[in-house]
Amino acid sequence: MSATPARDRTIAVEINGEQVELEVPARRLLVHFIRDDLGLTGTHVGCDTGNCGACTIHVDGEAVKSCMLLAVQADGASIRTVEGLAADGELTALQQSFSTHHALQCGYCTPGMLMSATALLERNPRPSEEDVRYALQGNICRCTGYVNIVEAVVAAGKGA
Amino acid sequence: MLLREVEYARPGTIDEAVRLLAEHDGARPLAGGQTLVNVMKQRAAAPDVLIDLAALGELREISVSGDTLELGAMATLTQIVDSSEVDVARPILAEVARTVADVQVRNRGTIGGNVCVNDPTNHFPPLLVAVGATMTVRGIGGERTVPAEEFFVGVYLTAVGEGELLTRISVPARGPGSGDGFAGVTIGAHGTYIVNAAATVADGSARVVLGCVDAVPVLLELDQAHEASARKAVEAASLEPPSDVHASAEYRRHLAGVSAVRAVRQATERARG
Repeated sequence: MSATPARDRTIAVEINGEQVELEVPARRLLVHFIRDDLGLTGTHVGCDTGNCGACTIHVDGEAVKSCMLLAVQADGASIRTVEGLAADGELTALQQSFSTHHALQCGYCTPGMLMSATALLERNPRPSEEDVRYALQGNICRCTGYVNIVEAVVAAGKGA
Repeated sequence: MLLREVEYARPGTIDEAVRLLAEHDGARPLAGGQTLVNVMKQRAAAPDVLIDLAALGELREISVSGDTLELGAMATLTQIVDSSEVDVARPILAEVARTVADVQVRNRGTIGGNVCVNDPTNHFPPLLVAVGATMTVRGIGGERTVPAEEFFVGVYLTAVGEGELLTRISVPARGPGSGDGFAGVTIGAHGTYIVNAAATVADGSARVVLGCVDAVPVLLELDQAHEASARKAVEAASLEPPSDVHASAEYRRHLAGVSAVRAVRQATERARG
């Protein structure tokens, strides 16, 4: 593989179904690669300390915080961001449920909430309220008090 | 956030990783990065070279061989939570892994990283001492094993030396008539521990290990697995835990006793079956 240490590296990732190849400095965080290099600004930087979860994306199908990964660590990975959810312009059931249940106010945490909840629903299509609260523990919302977010995810699982 | 300039390599074999660690001053292994990337942001750590272990598939394996559960150092906490081998051989490991931080952190964070960071508030250092784990460390000259109780040598310091790599954690499978417990007090649900305690009960005696009260986990061996002897042993240990904004030294000492009793109670109940 790439066994010689280097400050810059060309990485290849699949992002929302598209292949991208780009040279990045090893110190660049994955969230900055996504936002600044690729212009996908749906992924937010909230705290930049790994606490808030606004930067949550999927790497090889798993929810991760993109501010706690270097872009070079994602070399070879398949990435999905919030832009990849409604790729054809039609909201997913979860996104529609967020709208129906008024699960956002300022919206800053919403991309991360959607990515964490999408990962949950893929593993557990009919989560209980307790499952949802456990799965969203890494995502902070300072507006809603979480009640409507949890309702929206549970309802999306029930197909409501 | 802008990190200091750093070099990065992703070796394809353990030997290559160990060689790179030995060859480069200021090289550090990068596992899941759930601690290291953050401390690099704060520049509390500033490695010159990161040796990413992500391509070393054999370090991610979880298996049972005989009466021993073998955990690759790169096994993620999510893998441990989901592992049927862990569930059968030593379920306390999955139970504790389930309470570390959040889904995203568990998806990336590894058991090897958790112990090699050796933050005194981490979950796994006291637990691995309680269950009598053995750590396998690989260096350029070969492999050696270190018992968990000798592995943790100071705050953020372990027996893993420069140019070495923790590759495997071996945990004895739970025997009949034995039981494990874990208890503590956190800042918020599944947050950082203020104090924690792990306990293992077997044949009527107990090993109780306290976290967050000293630079390294504090092991107390009880002849009798009773709550009263746990409380007495904690008192006799004359702990001098740190004071901080979350708890005074005196309160931490109190919580150490409470946590030890709860962990021993849980382990005893499970030992009875």
